[in-house]
Amino acid sequence: MTHTTLDRKRRFGRPAAGRQHHAGPLTYVLLGLAALVSLFPLYWNLVAASHSGERVVEAPAPLLPGPRLFDNLTFAWNQVDMGEALINTTVVAGLVAVSTVLFSTLAGFAFAKLPFRGRNAMLALVVATMTIPPQLSVIPLYRIITDLGWVDQLQSVVLPSLVAAFGVFFMRQYLIEALPVELVEAARMDGAHSLRIIWHVVFPVARPAMAVLGMLVFVQAWNDFFWPFIALTPDGNPTLQVALAGLGAGNHTVDQAVVLTGALISTLPLLLVFAVLGKHIVGGITSGAVKS
Amino acid sequence: MATSLRAAADGTPPPAPPSSPTRRSTPPPPSGWRSRFYRWDLRLSPYAFVSPFFLTFAAFGLFPLLYTGWLSLHRVELGGDAEWKGLDNYANLADSEFFWNALANTFTIGVISTVPQLLMALGLAHLLNYKLRGRGFFRVAVLAPYATSIAAATLVFAQLFNTDYGLINTVLGWVGFDPVDWESSKWPSQIAISTIVIWRWTGYNALIYLAAMQAVPQDLYEAAALDGASRWRQFVSVTIPSIRPTILFTIIVSTIGATQLFGEPMIFGGSLGVSGGSGNQFQTLSLLMYEKGWVTGALGQASAIAWVMLLLLLLIGAVRMLFARANRKKLGA
Repeated sequence: MTHTTLDRKRRFGRPAAGRQHHAGPLTYVLLGLAALVSLFPLYWNLVAASHSGERVVEAPAPLLPGPRLFDNLTFAWNQVDMGEALINTTVVAGLVAVSTVLFSTLAGFAFAKLPFRGRNAMLALVVATMTIPPQLSVIPLYRIITDLGWVDQLQSVVLPSLVAAFGVFFMRQYLIEALPVELVEAARMDGAHSLRIIWHVVFPVARPAMAVLGMLVFVQAWNDFFWPFIALTPDGNPTLQVALAGLGAGNHTVDQAVVLTGALISTLPLLLVFAVLGKHIVGGITSGAVKS
Repeated sequence: MATSLRAAADGTPPPAPPSSPTRRSTPPPPSGWRSRFYRWDLRLSPYAFVSPFFLTFAAFGLFPLLYTGWLSLHRVELGGDAEWKGLDNYANLADSEFFWNALANTFTIGVISTVPQLLMALGLAHLLNYKLRGRGFFRVAVLAPYATSIAAATLVFAQLFNTDYGLINTVLGWVGFDPVDWESSKWPSQIAISTIVIWRWTGYNALIYLAAMQAVPQDLYEAAALDGASRWRQFVSVTIPSIRPTILFTIIVSTIGATQLFGEPMIFGGSLGVSGGSGNQFQTLSLLMYEKGWVTGALGQASAIAWVMLLLLLLIGAVRMLFARANRKKLGA
């Protein structure tokens, strides 16, 4: 909050120059090492997914890709139904991302620019809810979805995540600076009602932050484990993470190559997103951090 | 997980800007139904805009939270009726060696995953803060683990840590070490699980530190350099104090995450995951709660564990506030 003008300029993407020391060779060596450690498990996942199950569990473990990647992918896709899990996950993460972005923008706008009674107290409550661990609600939630017959139904995972405190806070922080109050007033003077203002003024201004929030929430929903693991079963209507947990525990198969092929299928889409949008995601994460 | 918590940097919401401008510039209301609609719109739409959050929270956050508290005072089986037990569930926990074991494991895994993670993130952020060629690549590379799910990451690491054929023992063998039993020995298994946590979150925290470091005013470094401070000295005396709020914030977020650790030990343990290994050597509080609730079917006991976790987090929050107050006193503010 203290470096506002600075933040505005480099908010999404463009990094500002900090200390202008040039990096020495040691820096590159250490960073190269860090990149290697970060990327190696992902590379090895690909290697393991390209070998037979017997080869993966043989010492020493393989370090170079083998010939069976396509066979493993076909098997995981057809026999273990990773395809269905992939579709489920895409649907869940997509719905959660869209609804979180939409509702967070509305609430963030209200908290940032609209006067109303109880605003500060409500905002404090929003922030406070962020520290409540999910463990505290899963037992009643499980009873509720059992009573409703929603076990294995995707709505039991989507509904509790329709909007998140983090998103509300994130959008508020952005709109406080990015949306001049004069714009809202001018629209009101022209007789626009609130929904028109949202559509024609708030959404256009908020679009960059909505994009970043959408990506962050999508990644989070894609990788969410605890509640989906309770609400969905590997044999019912699993998301990728639930299906993977089932594979790992040996419900379907003990073929480690297939298990790791499943892991690869669950990771690859997000890695592709990161490869394409990496800079923006980095910008989004850092901007959120400076703001707080 | 941490994304959802990240914004709570200092726990308190920042002050809202004065709310008068909008009100002041409200045009004189026209007459008839339009003016009434206009007034209602002004007054009610803010509530309409924030209501999705509060409705969702009431239904899926607050109500379950209280209901869990109520359940924790009862004896409840899956699908059965509740029977009043008072504080029995909590008393049973205090008597249970499984509970104390899980509490200790949660604590030790939390410490050996959080402390190295944040120290390494600090170093990494410092390196990334130099003027670099290929800066974009390094940033995306260290963030790549964040794109990996708990399940996928744990399955890969479970293979790498396998006692018989895993790459890590192979490499240790090259250097002349005996193979380590990463699965059934207590400390090695806890270290293996912490490694997964560290791997997934170090780059993410490094980027948060990096953002904070770039907001440190340049002239502080120039002044320090004029005083003859070395690079290391500048890092310790300028960088670290300047980004202290961010460091504090990552400590809180990591602590909350560590308190809830579930997926990594669950999947790392394979078929023994729920019990945290053959000798409960890496059973965390979350795992114990899951075992009580969904394996044993004792929902009341599971609810009591959930509430103990909340109390722990409140305790951590209180300690943090005491620290903050002591700090402020020291600074004379």
